[in-house]
Amino acid sequence: MAEVLVYVDHVDGSVRKPTLELLTLARRIGEPVALALGTGAAATAPVLAEHGAVRVLVHDAPEYADYLVVPKVDALQVACEAVSPAAVLFPSSAEAKEIAGRLAVRTGSGLITDAVDLEPGEQGPVATQSVFAAAFTTTSRVTKGVPVITVKPNSAPVEGAPAAGTVEPLAVTFGKSATGTRVVSRTPRESTGRPELTEAAIVVSGGRGVNGADNFAVIEALADSLGAAVGASRAAVDAGWYPHANQVGQTGKSVSPQLYIASGISGAIQHRAGMQTSKTIVAVNKDAEAPIFDLADYGVVGDLFEVVPQLTEEIKKRKG
Amino acid sequence: MSLRIVVCVKYVPDAGGDRHFAGDLTVDRDDVDGLLSELDEYAVEQALRIAGDWDGDGDAEITVLTVGPEDARDALRKALSMGADKAVHVEDDALHGTDALGTSLVLAKAVEKTGYDLVVCGMASTDGTMGVLPALLAERLGVPQVTLLSEVSVEDGVVRGRRDGDTASEVLEASLPAVVSVTDQSGEARYPSFKGIMAAKKKPVESWDLDDLETEAEEVGLAGASSVVDTAVARPARTAGTVVKDEGEGGRQLAEFLAGQKFI
Ligand SMILES: Cc1cc2nc3c(=O)[nH]c(=O)nc-3n(C[C@H](O)[C@H](O)[C@H](O)COP(=O)(O)OP(=O)(O)OC[C@H]3O[C@@H](n4cnc5c(N)ncnc54)[C@H](O)[C@@H]3O)c2cc1C
Ligand SMILES: Nc1ncnc2c1ncn2[C@@H]1O[C@H](COP(=O)(O)O)[C@@H](O)[C@H]1O
Repeated sequence: MAEVLVYVDHVDGSVRKPTLELLTLARRIGEPVALALGTGAAATAPVLAEHGAVRVLVHDAPEYADYLVVPKVDALQVACEAVSPAAVLFPSSAEAKEIAGRLAVRTGSGLITDAVDLEPGEQGPVATQSVFAAAFTTTSRVTKGVPVITVKPNSAPVEGAPAAGTVEPLAVTFGKSATGTRVVSRTPRESTGRPELTEAAIVVSGGRGVNGADNFAVIEALADSLGAAVGASRAAVDAGWYPHANQVGQTGKSVSPQLYIASGISGAIQHRAGMQTSKTIVAVNKDAEAPIFDLADYGVVGDLFEVVPQLTEEIKKRKG
Repeated sequence: MSLRIVVCVKYVPDAGGDRHFAGDLTVDRDDVDGLLSELDEYAVEQALRIAGDWDGDGDAEITVLTVGPEDARDALRKALSMGADKAVHVEDDALHGTDALGTSLVLAKAVEKTGYDLVVCGMASTDGTMGVLPALLAERLGVPQVTLLSEVSVEDGVVRGRRDGDTASEVLEASLPAVVSVTDQSGEARYPSFKGIMAAKKKPVESWDLDDLETEAEEVGLAGASSVVDTAVARPARTAGTVVKDEGEGGRQLAEFLAGQKFI
């Protein structure tokens, strides 16, 4: 059976959820071989094995942390030569997309970004994409080289599928361009204790209607009652009420949770671009004409400062 | 030494319009009004600021570059009216249907022909939204990529910037020549002034075709693309949901809905 190379997104050995989703998709096409780079690379193996990785290629070197993107491209190129995979899959993070793109140039391969589904096909893997702010669904495939495909978070379930997960060191020598862009300093993002926005099953977002940084406590309280991540519209972020890292939309994060609750958000096309593929959408807005209601499975026309706290109370009561 | 800045800008269909596909499953660029991608305005803005801050020898000069159909000239005019010095338009019938890999090839050749110390791109185009082109361009040019910056500056032949990533915020540094891309957090783009709009009319716009760039038609366009779209289907409208007016029970009604959907 053909092997499929899966790029592992991890932080110091702890594998991020979208990579496990990739393993589910990879198993539809062939045998997953994972590639983990940098500090903690070998520590990723057990969890990757549980989810179907037949082999785990690992390499650690200071270059991965000290220089931007290119050292990882060098490693992928080596891995591609070693494995001759039927496809190379990446999670659609900003960095992984850049690595994928450069790998495609180097290997003379076609590139598909932000797939939301992947199936085997007679002429290679068929990727489903959601385009023009989810107004269209397309299927496409790569026609040259090794298909290089990036997949959005929450596009496939995480499935247990025990495999050998044999750790194999990969020998990488870096090219001249690897050290072109130096990382002078790195400040890790502080954890809020809430789920990661792009990975969360439920996202609760607030917009201009929240009307102030302090008022976001109302949104956070609802999120916490549901174990949800907190999102914000660009209007709320630009006003300085909530961090940019939490922005949902075209220039923020793209989310696709089971449940998306928008409060005080009008539903502009650029916001919809980042949340329209959510399974269930709920909106609270005092303007009955707000476009967000066109998407909502359930909408409440009303003041969010009345509706949201009542909802939070009721949830707490029902959860006992 | 002067500072030669090339800004890559894309002409895109208006997101507020009815964007759709043409019969050959390429983006229909005829039926929908186009404009300079809003995200590339930030690239023009940062180029103008870098040029304004330039205190090295010689002048800082900004060339805006686009690969696109005839109408893409509008995008160049807008960038010129914001203050860029000159423009290059790469236009050729054979370019219809070019994918990101092909576009990066053409841009790389055009950037090299223009001559550059710094290439500035937007974070993503508002139609394709791939956000990979700056990385592809750096790979092809063989120069450092310093991408997705919310802050950028150039001093003593070094470009420096801040990249706010998923898990960390990083300060990056590279020697020129380099390719950078900037996000919409980098600073609001200026509006063209009346004077700027008038001045733009006299600024030079060069037009190059594939011959000028010594590129074969087979390397680009639909024929040269390394991926193919097989189907494009309009997403069915979401079935109209329930909308209730809050009369004091809105929150509890919502809770009832969520419980019915097993979220509580
Ligand atoms: C290139 C580009 C990229 C962009 N990227 C993004 C992006 O990534 N994400 C994004 O979100 N936007 C993005 N935008 C901006 C987008 O166009 C909208 O301006 C933005 O989404 C509006 O945010 P909002 O819905 O919070 O504010 P508004 O549109 O002002 O809506 C506020 C809503 O709150 C309601 N409201 C007010 N008070 C209350 C109350 N007490 N109770 C209930 N409802 C209330 C109002 O009725 C209104 O509908 C982008 C724009 C451009 C041009
Ligand atoms: N046809 C084009 N002409 C000029 N620049 C482009 C073109 N396409 C993309 N770019 C540049 O590349 C950036 C990222 O585009 P993309 O990877 O398509 O999302 C844009 O913001 C532009 O700066």
